[in-house]
Amino acid sequence: MKLFDLRGGVHPEGKKDLSAECPIRSVPLPKTLYIPLQQHIGAPAAPVVQVGDHVLKGQLIAHAQGAVSAPVHAPTSGVISALGDHAAPHPSGLPVPTFTLGSDGLDEWIALKDEDDPFALSPEDIAARVAAAGIVGLGGATFPSALKLNVSRGARTLIMNGGECEPYLTCDDRIMRERAVQIVEGIRLIAYAVGAQEVLVGIEDNKPAAIAAMQAAARGSAVKIVAMPSMYPMGSEKQIVQVLTGKEIPAGGRPADIGVLVHNVATAWAVQQAIRFGRPLISRIVTLSGGALKTPCNVEALIGTPVEELIAVAGGYAQPAARMVLGGPMMGQQFSNTNVPVVKGTSGVLALTASEIGQAEPSPCIRCSTCVRACPVGLLPLEMAAHIRASDLTGAVDLGLKDCIACGSCSYVCPAHIPLVHFFNYAKGDLAAQERAKLKQEATKKLAEARTERIARIERERTEAMAKRKAMREAKERAAKEAAAKAEAV
Amino acid sequence: MNPIAHSPHAHAPISIGKVMGTVLLALVPATLFGFWLYGWPAVNLWAVSLIAAIVGEAFVLRLQSRAVKPALMDGSGILTAWLLALSLPPYAPWWIAVLGSLFAVVIGKQIFGGLGQNVFNPAMAARVMLLISFPLEMTTWVAPMQAPGLLDSLRITFMSQPIDGMASASLLGHVKTEFTRGIGLDQALIGHYVPMDMLWGSRVGSMGETTAVLLLLGGLFLIAKRIFTWHAPVAMLIGVAVPALVFNMIDGNHYAGPMVHLLSGGLMLAAFFIVTDPVTSPNTAPGQFIFGLGCGLLTWIIRTWGGYPEGVAFAVLLMNAATPIIDQYVKPRIYGRDRKGAALPANKG
Repeated sequence: MKLFDLRGGVHPEGKKDLSAECPIRSVPLPKTLYIPLQQHIGAPAAPVVQVGDHVLKGQLIAHAQGAVSAPVHAPTSGVISALGDHAAPHPSGLPVPTFTLGSDGLDEWIALKDEDDPFALSPEDIAARVAAAGIVGLGGATFPSALKLNVSRGARTLIMNGGECEPYLTCDDRIMRERAVQIVEGIRLIAYAVGAQEVLVGIEDNKPAAIAAMQAAARGSAVKIVAMPSMYPMGSEKQIVQVLTGKEIPAGGRPADIGVLVHNVATAWAVQQAIRFGRPLISRIVTLSGGALKTPCNVEALIGTPVEELIAVAGGYAQPAARMVLGGPMMGQQFSNTNVPVVKGTSGVLALTASEIGQAEPSPCIRCSTCVRACPVGLLPLEMAAHIRASDLTGAVDLGLKDCIACGSCSYVCPAHIPLVHFFNYAKGDLAAQERAKLKQEATKKLAEARTERIARIERERTEAMAKRKAMREAKERAAKEAAAKAEAV
Repeated sequence: MNPIAHSPHAHAPISIGKVMGTVLLALVPATLFGFWLYGWPAVNLWAVSLIAAIVGEAFVLRLQSRAVKPALMDGSGILTAWLLALSLPPYAPWWIAVLGSLFAVVIGKQIFGGLGQNVFNPAMAARVMLLISFPLEMTTWVAPMQAPGLLDSLRITFMSQPIDGMASASLLGHVKTEFTRGIGLDQALIGHYVPMDMLWGSRVGSMGETTAVLLLLGGLFLIAKRIFTWHAPVAMLIGVAVPALVFNMIDGNHYAGPMVHLLSGGLMLAAFFIVTDPVTSPNTAPGQFIFGLGCGLLTWIIRTWGGYPEGVAFAVLLMNAATPIIDQYVKPRIYGRDRKGAALPANKG
């Protein structure tokens, strides 16, 4: 198949061999699980069970609320011991509303119903079941999958993202090697649900075993496996669409705008499990890697498992980690509290050494434009950073700040070690805050105007009422006077 | 606890020091060849240039209360002085090197705010300053392979001992002089233009500008190392060669051909080590091509019709001034947008 060219990109050291050859391991059932209400983009889920309730594995414990949201299910059987704050898997480590589930050790499923012929279901029904299973994009973006199915109905091309271009991560590699048949069925279900005519599975050519397994599983179906060159950020939505179709997603738009739907391969597995067996999303594959871990590997972890229990599965630390990261090294987030739980978007837990990170003190920009060559979007990172440093956010937006996908290619290659993406995300945050402040200001202004008008109206009404009363009183007095005069006259 | 760091949590094993070091490495063959060609006076001049730049930069950093070590260790000051030294006449007196180096790092770079802030290429700014202020010292050339002894060389560099019988003329200067006497190229080139000598560098000229082959090799090495791309160097060579070819075909007796231009003066050094200076050149590949083309074209124009025999330094400074304008108009197309910046249309087909 003809592949299309990409702009920019970088070739970081893969480090995938650390964990790629180790089959997916299971994790001992944790005693306590922490299940945040928000593990997806959109509104947090609303609790439907109470503290003290006994729940079964797969039971709904919080339902979706609002247009963009996803429900949450109990990852194992046990008793809800608390609904309160627990440290979030986020750099801040700030507490977020979280269920604490004390496992009863039985791991007892709720009654599930198998579907013998899932292709007999209507596309709407499939989307509804995907929504009910709490499935979100497992590549890391955690956008509710059913919503994507609904807005993309009629898309011509379904692209399954098996790129996994982040260094260290091998969770998609492993799941494609070990569960290819289920993934292909999930892909066919997704394709059926949106009515796609063309199904492409893009896998980077540094995963030959995964490509072979997927090709074997896809034989005889319309699902086409495509080997893509290994390059970061090949697995970014915009880039994989471009390399496979030659089309670009319009700025500010979605893949659906050009008749494309993109899902992650692990999401396809979750969809197959939900439609075929009725199992909600309560576990995921997580890569445990990094030079500071003794035995890097992949595990299938229940949502809510504290990260420190996974580190124990990886044999603990070989040396103190200079930095702990959730996700891949290019776009993942640093965290410090290892008691944070695995959530639906946790693709990896990395314990990195200082030499792996390779960070140095920033020095002046020499305008070498390595960042311009590396940017997959066609931005001028050095110019944007210069504008942001001078607090000129408008100038940075004019240069395309909002088109930045924060892939980190520019920061990775910068010989001056300037934290370019940090500048951009800071500016994006500041812009969002400014926009919120503007909205708030407008709302306040509207309220103030309404109040002034209301006061004016009340005042006006009172004056009118007074004038009316006065007129009545005068009329009365006049009438009385006239009556008196008449009486006198008589 | 470490402070929270933003992604990425991986970095390419590269630094400013490594970039500068690689460029210096690429200059070593041409420099050693220059030493061999012109002997000890060239070594003296080179050493004086470097020492003046280091001492001058350290002093200025001190004045600004800035950390001296990291700014010196990035190697940019040394590279500037090195390039300047290569562009000096090899028997020039020591104070030419000192003045030039100080001008380059202090006026050319630090006054603008240090590394990355300067508008003009410091080495070329210094060269132009020296050429305008001290035309005699800057155009006193010697023939190669004179091999003065160490003691003589110290006298040449530090006591400005007159170099009787050694003086010679560079090809471009010679041609220009001959034109003023009404002698055409067919006569002027005889004995002065030996293509093979020009190619490997045994000719009259600056310390490190004569060896086209070694400079070319250094440049190719840097392109292979991805320190810079081919755009600016190739464009500069095209910018000189194409008009030279066209005009040479129109009037071969008046306009020198492309090979004469490519192999003389400071063109090769400039094409691979000056117009590729990231600080003072545009930051997109097409921009760099335009920049290189402009440098080449202006060089040829100044050489052909200007008052000076060599125009590389002037051409580079003029194009340095044009760099912000080039950057303003030459930008990459952003993903999902057309060239004008409007979002691409939706197309569900």
